[in-house]
Amino acid sequence: MLKMNDMLQQHEDQILSEWLREMAAATRRSDLMTDAELTTQAREFLRLLAAALRDGKANMSGNAWKAISEYISEISASRAKQGFSSSETAMFLLSLKKPMFAHLKEHAKNDPEGQFEQIWSTTELLDKLALQSTDAFLTSREQLIIRQQEEMMELSTPVVKLWDGVLALPVIGTLDSARTQVVMESLLQAIVATNSRVAIIDITGVPTVDTLVAQHLLKTITAARLMGAECIVSGVRPQIAQTIVHLGINLADVTTKATLADAFALALDRSGRKVVNTRKTPTSVFAKEE
Amino acid sequence: MERIPILRMGDYLLVTIQVDMHDRLALQLQDDLTNSISKFGSKGVLIDISSLEIVDSFIGRMLANIAGMSRVLDAETVVVGMQPAVAITLVELGMSLPGVRTALNVETGIDLLRELRGDFHMDGADAVDEA
Repeated sequence: MLKMNDMLQQHEDQILSEWLREMAAATRRSDLMTDAELTTQAREFLRLLAAALRDGKANMSGNAWKAISEYISEISASRAKQGFSSSETAMFLLSLKKPMFAHLKEHAKNDPEGQFEQIWSTTELLDKLALQSTDAFLTSREQLIIRQQEEMMELSTPVVKLWDGVLALPVIGTLDSARTQVVMESLLQAIVATNSRVAIIDITGVPTVDTLVAQHLLKTITAARLMGAECIVSGVRPQIAQTIVHLGINLADVTTKATLADAFALALDRSGRKVVNTRKTPTSVFAKEE
Repeated sequence: MERIPILRMGDYLLVTIQVDMHDRLALQLQDDLTNSISKFGSKGVLIDISSLEIVDSFIGRMLANIAGMSRVLDAETVVVGMQPAVAITLVELGMSLPGVRTALNVETGIDLLRELRGDFHMDGADAVDEA
């Protein structure tokens, strides 16, 4: 390790310029990051690395190493936001290998044994740091996904009042356990708030219905029934109807309709209302149902 | 000993559960209710649980049992005013109370009882708005 330290101190500028050249050859994304910014980052990394090596603690522990790993996490996270790929992020550190090895070779010309050891410890160190950078990159991506999921959850469960005593719940996206909970709660609250006897659950926006989704759907329907509201499931697409039958899901106790319009007509009928055509000539589509 | 009052409203009985149900109270209620049904010849039972905030499987089974007992005595049972949290809890407990009829509040509950017994001469259920 000590030799690496000496070498970094003596040839810092040289290594830096070679490193930058190496990066330019491998995966340089000048559309995402300016040369000046990259140079600053590389210089800062070499400074921190030299400080950490001077500290001389083994196993990458101690404050100096902590500083360097924090710095790597920071720049990797910012790269994830800027739109770099994970390999491009890792290449930032991995492309340091070539200039480092070249200088180590120069340094320990007469000591093949020591040369190998130096190269091994350097590659081990850089690999560890590169892995850390990939980890940080993925963590920041995951955080983004989690945030988007939460936002989607909040956006995608509106309960709409269609008529006095008739609610509609258009479900968009897959129903998993967490979302069912949100859907169920907002539907039941809305039933109480609007005193509705009929709720239409529209699953046009649900891409697939498997046994789990069906179970969640049935749970919601049962909870609504316990409160005294009847549920109608609408928006069952032909493929979904086929899947339901093939999977052997029992929806016998549930009223299902192909479209929201059919379900709404049924809901009005259940509450003793009907839609009438006020024109003399029967042009309206509702005329058929009279 | 505390008891849950059972109110007689014509052909129907109204039970309003306003205290936290414990097991003995539930059994006492079953006892009192079946006695009242046979004494008054009631045709329907309304159980208002709108102030009940905590349920367990025992209470859930009690509701199902009361419905079963009433049916044997020729009276329909309607559970009204269940809170969302209570409904979710019962569903998560796997109790869908298949034999129990439900309504949003006492008013719709009485409408439902009339519908079930075919008493359409009274107003309320058949008030259709012309909008």
